[in-house]
Amino acid sequence: MIGIAVLFAISCVGLAMSMNLWRLARGPTTADRILALDTLTINAIALIVLMQIQQGSAVYFEAALLLAMVGFVGTVAYCKFLLRGDIVE
Amino acid sequence: MMDVGPFEILISALLVIGGVFALVGSWGLTRMPSLMTRLHGPTKVTTLGVGSLLVASMIFFPAIQGTYSAHELLITLFLFLTAPISANMIAKAHLHRQGRQIDPNPMDHIAEGLPETGLGTGWATFEGLDTDQLNIPR
Repeated sequence: MIGIAVLFAISCVGLAMSMNLWRLARGPTTADRILALDTLTINAIALIVLMQIQQGSAVYFEAALLLAMVGFVGTVAYCKFLLRGDIVE
Repeated sequence: MMDVGPFEILISALLVIGGVFALVGSWGLTRMPSLMTRLHGPTKVTTLGVGSLLVASMIFFPAIQGTYSAHELLITLFLFLTAPISANMIAKAHLHRQGRQIDPNPMDHIAEGLPETGLGTGWATFEGLDTDQLNIPR
């Protein structure tokens, strides 16, 4: 039962990631692309968590945690660059 | 009929709910007309969906596998803390770029002017800027 639910969730997240990729390619504004990248990172975390449930191993949690932190810092850096033309002034 | 415990039903329900929420969030990102509406999908719906998946993982590992780790709690806390901040930063960057007429999107309706703040002052994000150069009416 959990196996079927995990497969369903993985396909949902995969479809969601392809939609994010479409928005990343399409734009139209730069802020849209930043938002699509941010959502891609969050969905990648979801994929890692699902993969761990499927395999029954808790090895990749550090990767998910690192993705959460680096994704946030990356989003803020992109926005800062758009706002000020510089990241660290 | 195979034996299905209450934890399995709970975990499966949380997994399905999380997957559907993540899908709906990205569907909103794809279908909404302007950036300010597009922000709603990923920041609220996707965050809730990933939170649901993490809660499923939080139940799965102690209940089925017999192991425990606090990582899911950390990831959930971090995601729920950072999602509104990054949404605020994206909206701010977007407002400034619209104000300078860089890749304007007519669906945003920002050219018609921002609403009054109700405090007698302008919008805090445009404070200290030469507002004559901005094309947003105040």
